[in-house]
Amino acid sequence: MNSESLILFFIVAVVLVGGALIFSSLVPPKSFNPQKSEPYECGIPTQGKTWLQFNVGYYLFAILFLIFDVETVFLFPWAVIMKTGGIAAFVEIIIFFTILGLGLLYAWKKRALIWE
Amino acid sequence: MAFDIYDFTSFNQTIDKALYDNLPPILAMLTEMVIIGVVFLLFYALVGLFLVYAERKVCAFIQNRVGPNRVGPYGIFQTFADFIKLLMKELIPINKADKILFNLAPFIVIIASFMAIAAIPFGKGLHAIDLNVGIFYVMAVSSLGVVGILLAGWSSNNKYSLIGAMRSGAQIVSYELSVGLSMVTMVILAGSMQLSEIVEAQRNGWFIFTGHVPAFIAFVIFLIASTAETNRGPFDLAEAESELTAGFHTEYSGIKFAFFFLAEYMNMFIVASIAATIFWGGWMPLHIPGWEGFNIVMDYIPPFFWYMGKTLVVIFLMMWFKWTFPRLRIDQLLKLEWKYLLPINLFNIILMALIVLMGWHF
Repeated sequence: MNSESLILFFIVAVVLVGGALIFSSLVPPKSFNPQKSEPYECGIPTQGKTWLQFNVGYYLFAILFLIFDVETVFLFPWAVIMKTGGIAAFVEIIIFFTILGLGLLYAWKKRALIWE
Repeated sequence: MAFDIYDFTSFNQTIDKALYDNLPPILAMLTEMVIIGVVFLLFYALVGLFLVYAERKVCAFIQNRVGPNRVGPYGIFQTFADFIKLLMKELIPINKADKILFNLAPFIVIIASFMAIAAIPFGKGLHAIDLNVGIFYVMAVSSLGVVGILLAGWSSNNKYSLIGAMRSGAQIVSYELSVGLSMVTMVILAGSMQLSEIVEAQRNGWFIFTGHVPAFIAFVIFLIASTAETNRGPFDLAEAESELTAGFHTEYSGIKFAFFFLAEYMNMFIVASIAATIFWGGWMPLHIPGWEGFNIVMDYIPPFFWYMGKTLVVIFLMMWFKWTFPRLRIDQLLKLEWKYLLPINLFNIILMALIVLMGWHF
């Protein structure tokens, strides 16, 4: 099997979910009741809109994640050649981590890592 | 036909050759695809159903209960019965829900977890696709599941779902880093991202033994971070039952709910099998240098059983965590990741690079 066959796994997953959803929307008995499709809020009628402004903290962590995740992507190719790269690869990663560590330290000092 | 439970390479080649010799190429390819698709689908469903049963039993024993014991011997058919029940339940539409995204979400979580098992080596020659970026691929695909969770929470028109999805998003993306970085640590030691080569590199000793101290630290970090990444207790505040009812899948009913449930257990299986592969030698048997008789006996156990055994041990550890530790608050959760695991992980990578550079590993 080559990597193009990954599409096979995609198709099988779509067929699995799609088939079950179609079966489940056709076969089981149905009954209609206006209160049944209300969003669940512990039994009382829902109040106000759901899609409101949200805590900015989540956004901050998403940005931090983006920086460090891209860094992980850069680390993978380096990790593969670390064994053969020798001292040069080691020195380069120290420099890379120093810059990155300064970034993390800055975020830490700016209290970006504290949940409020 | 050469059927060898210790090495599936020749078995696969025999089937491949038999199909291509007897059928036109297009038909042979299609037959092969159907066989692989059906085998993996059955494996996926069976593992999912078994894990749900196992979790209920483990939970029951930890809480000094009996657990499911009515349907079949020791209740082993309980989850099959549950599955059929959920399949026969009505799918309830939600007022003002975003219908397209609401229905798209279960597709995404299942696709993410189903595609990830394509690259996992279950034994020698027993994998669907042996990618040369295997470990990277598994990480990339399995992290797509968070998109499904966010969509599910957002589209449900339910405040609990939205809060659950937001928490889950912050948590999964944060712990994704630690999972990735502890994988990097082991890739340094293995010198390859191909999962079969990583396993092959552990022929003379599993990485957790040969990798010195950093391998052990990486294993502990991986275990913590992957438990959090799969949204399992004590990090399950995305679906904290006592405050958010069920978090992002509150509004899902019937088989759609079952898919979220299945995806959660399969994600657990995937991270456990990655842990078994990169730390515990995948399907490699346990060898102790000098104990010749012991090593020969261990070699007789087929690789697939070694693989499943290690995976189930890791899964059992994760279930044990869930039923033993109390749930964290979100500030504690993010503090643990960003102030402890991430800096430790960065130092750990440098330590591992130093050890590989100096040749200090065993």
